[in-house]
Amino acid sequence: MNFDLGPDERALQDAIREMCARHFELDDLRARGMNAERWAALDEAGTFTLRVPEQHGGLGLGMTHTAIAFEQLGRSLVPGPVLETHLGRARGATESVIGVVERGASTIDHLEQLDVVVVIDADGLWRVAPADVRAEPIEPRFDPFTPQHQIRSMPQGEKIAGPPIAATSRLEGAVLTAAFLVGIAAETTDLAVAYAQQRQQFGRPIGAFQAVKHLCADMAVRGEVARAAVYAAACLLDEEAGTAARATAGAKLLANEAAVANAKAAIQVHGGMGYTWEMPLHLYLKRAAVLAARFGTTHEHEEAVAATL
Amino acid sequence: MDLRFSAEDEDFRARVRAWLPGALATLPPTPGVEDWPGRRSYDTQWQRTLFDAGFAGLDWPVDAGGQGASPTRHLIFLEEAERAGAPYVGTNFVGLLHAGPTIAAEGTPEQQQRYLPPILRGDEVWCQGFSEPGAGSDLASLQTRALRDGDHYVVSGQKIWTSHAQVADLCELLVRTDPDAPKHKGITWLIMPMDLPGIDVRPMRTIAGSSEFSEMFLDGVRIPAQNRIGEENDGWRIAMVTFSFERGTAFVGELLASMQLVGRLAERARKLGAWDDAGVRRDLGHLAADLDALWALTKRTVTQTEATSVPGPLGSVFKLHYSEVRHRLGDLAVKLLAPQGLTLDNEHARGWLHAMSISIAAGTSQIQRNILAERVLGLPK
Repeated sequence: MNFDLGPDERALQDAIREMCARHFELDDLRARGMNAERWAALDEAGTFTLRVPEQHGGLGLGMTHTAIAFEQLGRSLVPGPVLETHLGRARGATESVIGVVERGASTIDHLEQLDVVVVIDADGLWRVAPADVRAEPIEPRFDPFTPQHQIRSMPQGEKIAGPPIAATSRLEGAVLTAAFLVGIAAETTDLAVAYAQQRQQFGRPIGAFQAVKHLCADMAVRGEVARAAVYAAACLLDEEAGTAARATAGAKLLANEAAVANAKAAIQVHGGMGYTWEMPLHLYLKRAAVLAARFGTTHEHEEAVAATL
Repeated sequence: MDLRFSAEDEDFRARVRAWLPGALATLPPTPGVEDWPGRRSYDTQWQRTLFDAGFAGLDWPVDAGGQGASPTRHLIFLEEAERAGAPYVGTNFVGLLHAGPTIAAEGTPEQQQRYLPPILRGDEVWCQGFSEPGAGSDLASLQTRALRDGDHYVVSGQKIWTSHAQVADLCELLVRTDPDAPKHKGITWLIMPMDLPGIDVRPMRTIAGSSEFSEMFLDGVRIPAQNRIGEENDGWRIAMVTFSFERGTAFVGELLASMQLVGRLAERARKLGAWDDAGVRRDLGHLAADLDALWALTKRTVTQTEATSVPGPLGSVFKLHYSEVRHRLGDLAVKLLAPQGLTLDNEHARGWLHAMSISIAAGTSQIQRNILAERVLGLPK
């Protein structure tokens, strides 16, 4: 047993962090938006092909490495259907930009950017042409980086995989979304701590006050607890996937909670400035809320864990 | 990262699993909760059984008579012991987890020879004399005085929260040897034999009705100077060494027991019809997820301890979250069971009350948050 990052996992973490620092600086991202160059940087860093077998040009890695990578992407709030494209490529799709949606979902993200939509249901995975999805844009956007459409009708599509792969894809989607959310939880903790060290009131840094310290300590607790759960679920998916369902549900619900609560706490620590549009903190909160509803809500995952008791 | 155990570790697990049932069959019936002499003899008999089988002091260094097993092996042993329903460390807690490792790290060879083997064999039971009525979270403000008189320290003062004092042979005692020095610089760590004249132990009663804690009044107790661990006035540093052994795997048994408690509460909820309430199911699901995550966190701590040989910052994270989860579990249990009538010996009712002690003992949740914020996150004092 070695339940901490190994040297190659650290190297991957560093590589993704450096790529994000270079291409996803948040102020620049807000000013210029997502673009082809940024998408290419993600592709070049291996984001989409981490789990594609080496003989097909991928890196041949597992969920553990991938979760570590997605945690870093979450720290930088990397926008776009990154997870969906990753999941699609891992299942053999070759399109550049891939969307993934549950059948019956009322919304779909990034529809206008997609080359293909993969629909997940109990019977399998289904390929749908984006032009065949009848949907209307939802305006104004809640998360500026996540354009969403209200789905009016979703075609059945062409079947590309059966129920077991659909079930596995759902677990993988949940764990990687959870990893991204852990990144949000960790980044907002760092932002709150940095601000609490520097912001002076009553003649001292606000971080010297226990009330603020305890907010920050609780952020760290939520983040570390969720991270341990996500890493455990990712390891189980690699090691004995048949037993990973409960761990995955637990990881997603704890990550949902950690990301939303930490983003709120970060705004609270920043006080009035945290409530401004100009400060980027609301972007973490809004993305956390969007992702908390993807690949299973907190309530759904609570029910899933309860069913194992 | 890899959650799988090595073949050697799995062999160890198999050996422990094969050994436990036979060993447990030799134990007498479990003594009553308040039968302290009975609990002492039960716990020490189990310790002797562990010793004879080569499982005593698994996590202690080999030099100290321990097994020098890796934290992973220790984790495996604790997991198997809990699964088999083996006794907890019980009245051996202070000896095995506090005093023993401290003496192994800081004691002289003579002290190690005198005190360590009896702990491992279950011959001597220890208690802790650290806290005082005026020194709880601010432990360093303790005032129990020790005056040097030739080869002895003469100790007077009052201690509190002394676990198992009524059946202990020895006490790890913090005393003030220099009242004029800054508070952290005038403390000394002593070993006090509990049969010395001048010691008055008065058991206290907790909100759960139990009496594991005592007040201890010391009046001119003459403790030989050779019972001092480390230098005079260096006791605070040594106490920090003592506390460093308290973290890591100390909660493994409790954590696994909590998981079973959640399972039994789910069973009760089904019998009561409360399972039809989605809110109840979700609360239970969430609690189970939290406990699973704490188990994962324990494994991360074990790996980090193995890599750096000191428990990392995750100890405070664990204790804070475990306390909160136990409170939530108890709150839910009491909400479900109170309409049927509660008794003080119902495991869920006791667990609910016990949760209060988890968020208070060994550093309150508020102190833990300060530690986490200052030492890990780097916020200013």
